[in-house]
Amino acid sequence: MSAAALQQAEQLIERKRWMSLGLPSLILAYLIYVAFALDVPGVFERADPNNAKTLVNDSFTYKTHVTANYRRDERVVAIEGERKGLWPPGEYPEWVEPVGELGAIVTLPDGHIVEINDQKMRYDVPGYGLIEAESSRQGVTLSLPPGPQPEWISSSPARVSITTDSGRVIVTKAFTEVFRYSFGWELFWFTLDSPFYGKSAAELFGLAFSSERVVPEKPNAIAMLNDFWYNGMWRHGDVFWALFETLLMAFLGTMGAAIIAFSLCFIAAKNFTPLQPLRLLVRRIFDFLRGVDALIWTIVLSRAFGPGPLTGALAILLTDAGSFGKMFSEALENVDNRQIEGVKSTGADAIQRSRFGVIPQVAPVFISQILYYLESNTRSATVIGAITGGGIGLLLTQAIITQKDWEEVSYYIVLVVLLVMLMDWLSGVLRRRLIRGE
Amino acid sequence: MSVQQQQYLELVRRRRTYGGILIAIFIMLMVSGFMLADSRNAGGFWAGILNVFDFPADVFREAARDIANLPGYLIEFLPSLIETLNIAAASTLLGAALAVLLALLSTRGLARWPQLIPVFRRMMDIMRAIPEIVIALVLIFVLGGGPVPAMIAITFHTAGALGKLFSEVNENASLNPIEGLQSVGGNWSQQMWLGVLPQVAPNYLSYGLLRFEINIRASAILGFVGSGGIGYDLKNAISWGQGRYDEVAAIFILIFASIVFFDQLSSYFRNRLTGEASV
Repeated sequence: MSAAALQQAEQLIERKRWMSLGLPSLILAYLIYVAFALDVPGVFERADPNNAKTLVNDSFTYKTHVTANYRRDERVVAIEGERKGLWPPGEYPEWVEPVGELGAIVTLPDGHIVEINDQKMRYDVPGYGLIEAESSRQGVTLSLPPGPQPEWISSSPARVSITTDSGRVIVTKAFTEVFRYSFGWELFWFTLDSPFYGKSAAELFGLAFSSERVVPEKPNAIAMLNDFWYNGMWRHGDVFWALFETLLMAFLGTMGAAIIAFSLCFIAAKNFTPLQPLRLLVRRIFDFLRGVDALIWTIVLSRAFGPGPLTGALAILLTDAGSFGKMFSEALENVDNRQIEGVKSTGADAIQRSRFGVIPQVAPVFISQILYYLESNTRSATVIGAITGGGIGLLLTQAIITQKDWEEVSYYIVLVVLLVMLMDWLSGVLRRRLIRGE
Repeated sequence: MSVQQQQYLELVRRRRTYGGILIAIFIMLMVSGFMLADSRNAGGFWAGILNVFDFPADVFREAARDIANLPGYLIEFLPSLIETLNIAAASTLLGAALAVLLALLSTRGLARWPQLIPVFRRMMDIMRAIPEIVIALVLIFVLGGGPVPAMIAITFHTAGALGKLFSEVNENASLNPIEGLQSVGGNWSQQMWLGVLPQVAPNYLSYGLLRFEINIRASAILGFVGSGGIGYDLKNAISWGQGRYDEVAAIFILIFASIVFFDQLSSYFRNRLTGEASV
């Protein structure tokens, strides 16, 4: 082996060694720096496991409030404590047994029983003992089994709160409230005021085709659809509109950008431009549109157009007009000249040359880029909606900000993911259809 | 005219009709979509188009008036910009590392557990489909504010997006080096590390750089919606309202400049990478 070849081989090995050791350690060093720069250790201090627990539990359970309100003199049984989830008196779920004017016996899971009667609350906790609390104008008097007060009971003269695995009880001067947690997304299909609530799927199916009307004004199927669509707890109608708005933003933005970019890209391509300075100008405009970025466009546009889908669509349109313009003109610069010359030899003029010589070459590239962006913009439209206030992005941020409607958050997330996956699939199918002609 | 000619002309005519119908439908969709979006927007298009330059003009006027403050602000907001860039870079690196693993596990011929390929593929689909903002906002609730939720959110999405691209690259990789390594008793990770990665590294790097560009934008946006980085400063500066738009101008300049800078840098390196070697 010659000395030169040996040296070359050694150099190569040296380089490989550096690549396999030096590069990873460089990246590691950078990541350690970032961990401190972004204060990752601080996150462990700030993180709240209780929040995580609330979030996870709340996203697939719901709670029913049983409240004896001494001020207003009423007993309320309501899902999530909301008006729309109010159980009518006399039709309470089987685990609530009314007692007297305001009281009730509430059976919680695992043999826990809470009894409310005459402003007194008695909670028998298996394995611990009987907890009693009495509300009066002066405050709450609490009596516990002997021994130190466990940490799951918090008490002050005005308020007692007991949290067990089976439920939660809050006693104040003015009311006693019991929370019972149950699995699922309650009232997802129909709210309690709908005649269709609590019916099984088979029953509903039967009703939909029965001529006997549950609601006199409408056929059953329409009434069902109506009650579902205007469900006061889940607002399916509004959610659907929001999803549609998001899709609309993505569609209008992407297609509008494609139209603008398509009409300008010939000027920006080296081999088609009529004037070099004009080409540079259009190129700079494309670069500017891309560089300003959707975030700034969204802010600027929402000042002029206010919140809504149009603002989001225009923001996507401006940013992507730049991206498309760049990609389209690059594709045009790479076209094969032979095809154009072939068309030219038949005596075609400039427009015919582009129509039959250029477009067939670049169309697959253009279409696949447009479809790819359409899918990706469905996701961007969610984020832009959160900034401008439109579409599912707005609903999502609103639900997250309340920090308690996690079941709604998970519902929206599921819908967004399904929508994006649908668009992904659709754009794949269209790409194959339009480009390969399958 | 021969029969073939007639048939051909018939075909052309039919294609033109279909094309015309498609274009008509497309135009109708665009127009009605635009009108619908316009009607559901708080301010209308025609009213808004006249005011579209008001805000930029305000920003520009105030920036011009207090031009002396501008360099100070540019320096003041530089740490936030670096934070945004750090979020983007760290999540690109971590996401890419995860993506390499996911891609190797979901490519036919390379996968460690071939039966699990569909599982890893679906996993990547879901990771790609969840918008970053969702993860970021949920994590802000659990982890408190700061830049880390944004970083995790972007990492998650990057892993899914790059994973798909990487596995497409892997499909074109030659299997010969793997067989060679197999014959000398290399285990799976050695086969991947020494047999596959050197082949695909230039393409990986090129996609990674493109992702980095995208992630800078994402990280600025997440800062605006959540917390951390230059986006958060931008939100604060805007909420101060008129009179403080010189700060807004400084932040706009920083965002614009860094996006353009990293775009140019990454496209320079990508051109070199794809010119030099490709699978």
